Amino acid sequence: MLRIEDLHVKIGDREVLSGINLHIADNETFILFGPNGSGKTTLLMTLMGFGNYEITKGRILFRGHDITHAPIYERARLGIGMSFQRPPTIHGLKTRHMVRMCARDSEIDVDALARKVNMDEFLERDVNAGFSGGEIKRSELLQLMAQKPYLLLFDEPESGVDLENMKLIGHTVREVLTGGIEPKPNSSMKQQLVLKRPVSGLIITHTGYILEYLNADRGQVLFNGHLCCEANPRNILDHISQYGYQECVRCLN
Amino acid sequence: MEKIDLKDFRFTGSTLGEIADLRTMDAADKAEMLMSGIDVEERDRAGTYLQVDHGRVHCKSLQQGVEVLDIKEALARYDGLPEYYWTQVDKDKDEFTRSAAGDLHGGYFIRTEKGAKIAEPVQSCLFLKGDMVGQNVHNIIIVADDSELHIITGCSVAHGSKGAAHLGITEIFVGKNAKLTFTMIHNWAETTVVRPRTGGVVDEGGVFVNNYVLLKPVKDLQSYPAIRLNGRGAVARFNSVIVAPAGSHVDTGSRIELNAPDTKGEIISRTIASGGTIIARGFIGGNAVPAKGHLECKGLILGGGVIHAIPELLGSVDGVELSHEAAVGKIAQEEIEYLMARGLDEEEATSTIVRGFLNVDIMGLPKELQDVIESTISESQKDMF
Ligand SMILES: Nc1ncnc2c1ncn2[C@@H]1O[C@H](COP(=O)(O)OP(=O)(O)OP(=O)(O)O)[C@@H](O)[C@H]1O
Ligand SMILES: [Mg+2]
Repeated sequence: MLRIEDLHVKIGDREVLSGINLHIADNETFILFGPNGSGKTTLLMTLMGFGNYEITKGRILFRGHDITHAPIYERARLGIGMSFQRPPTIHGLKTRHMVRMCARDSEIDVDALARKVNMDEFLERDVNAGFSGGEIKRSELLQLMAQKPYLLLFDEPESGVDLENMKLIGHTVREVLTGGIEPKPNSSMKQQLVLKRPVSGLIITHTGYILEYLNADRGQVLFNGHLCCEANPRNILDHISQYGYQECVRCLN
Repeated sequence: MEKIDLKDFRFTGSTLGEIADLRTMDAADKAEMLMSGIDVEERDRAGTYLQVDHGRVHCKSLQQGVEVLDIKEALARYDGLPEYYWTQVDKDKDEFTRSAAGDLHGGYFIRTEKGAKIAEPVQSCLFLKGDMVGQNVHNIIIVADDSELHIITGCSVAHGSKGAAHLGITEIFVGKNAKLTFTMIHNWAETTVVRPRTGGVVDEGGVFVNNYVLLKPVKDLQSYPAIRLNGRGAVARFNSVIVAPAGSHVDTGSRIELNAPDTKGEIISRTIASGGTIIARGFIGGNAVPAKGHLECKGLILGGGVIHAIPELLGSVDGVELSHEAAVGKIAQEEIEYLMARGLDEEEATSTIVRGFLNVDIMGLPKELQDVIESTISESQKDMF
């Protein structure tokens, strides 16, 4: 699905990512940890192709395409979908219209999708205008459900979300990642995955709440622009909550 | 802004005579009128007034409760309309008002009956067809107590016009608990000079909503409608959407005076300079309490040009609440990238943002008119990027 090779990224004069190597397989969900300011958001923004993030070295391959220098919309059309942490308000653009544009040429039932994330009342409002933190998350997910990406990039799904909405968001992220397929007793999950389109995830979390809703396969810690400590995400989380990120310093040196 | 010399224009001699069926007009003229919101079929319209150059060609009311007359006829029938005629605009204000006062060519007189709620809009078009024609019109709108009316008035000029001048006086009277929505769509040409002079008054509980749309080039336009809210609880709202491509000089704004308690005034303008010059004015005066006024003046410069925003607030009593918000800038890169991350290419993203910025939606126009405006916006975007 995604292969990142020796990626170096600068913001202004400062190198924020220094030689990232990462492979995410089809149908795999990868969890990214790391202290504040370590470069997690930068990695996501670079994968999406935003202007401020200058790639000085390395490559990004997505579903067989070298997208290192591709424009944002091309990445989106190839199937990268990102949930923004602080998306801008677009005045005069109704959320309904935005969701329809996300689907491009495919037919979608905007109202039905909106009901799934409790956003039906927001469809006639301007995109993100006065949305609360939790509402933004649901609005982003609504757009992503319409967009149907192959790779879901999600920066801190928990931030600003109450417990009840966390459940809704958790289930919805899971649905986007599994393409709506849940385990059934009569056929193995593996068989079903062969039939469906592959969807992978790259999710940043500090709290790990989202892990309760997903089958997250692998995780890693981003520390000071370097990736390290690959393990099962739950183990990483336990480790960090016990020892903090100090261990990473040792492991890197 | 160049000086306009009225002597360059012909103020006599161009009258067409009656056009009974608007569908018989030539296709190019019809296309121009359609862009100004005129439905030549006259379906879903409560009446029509159409003037070409120096005289009326079509005038009728299609619905009970609303009177649509040629102003000349109305002046003759109602003893010169002394309570209305030249009461809201000063005859001696400038050479343009004097021209309209000295040699009246036409204009409409539209009046509702007390309590009549006219569901369909009355449409009007003041059309400039001949080359170097000067047109003097005087319009009077009276919305009687407890009645409601929507007027869609378009001004157009024939395709390929070498030059024309439109001087238009409009006087507006909104009665007690009455509501007038007045939608004006200007559809001029690179060679047209335009000097509307508009004034009006709103009585107790009355509502005046003014929508103004200018998307096509115009050589030189200056307009500054002034509305006085004289009755308790009166409300006025101006929404303007203005695009000035290269060669256009547009000096426009609105003025609201809050002269009674519980009055409210709002001026919202969205302007885009794509090579031309826009002076976006706005004035709200608060002279009674409680009263509220808000002015919002936002401009984008896309592909050159000048925007000069001049929002003015004047409070003359304790407790008045007036505010304004003005911005002149560019489209935020962050917004473009957000939409691109949803699969829109840069052009789609920019045009989506521009459309949202102009936000014609808030005018609440009939669907077919909204569609015409949307497609005109798409066309005018070619100049913007
Ligand atoms: N536009 C910018 N200009 C300058 N420095 C920036 C900019 N954006 C990010 N940085 C810096 O790059 C570093 C990495 O930031 P990034 O947002 O990727 O961290 P993060 O790992 O997502 O942190 P957090 O957990 O707090 O969200 C930080 O030191 C940050 O200050
Ligand atoms: Mg971050």
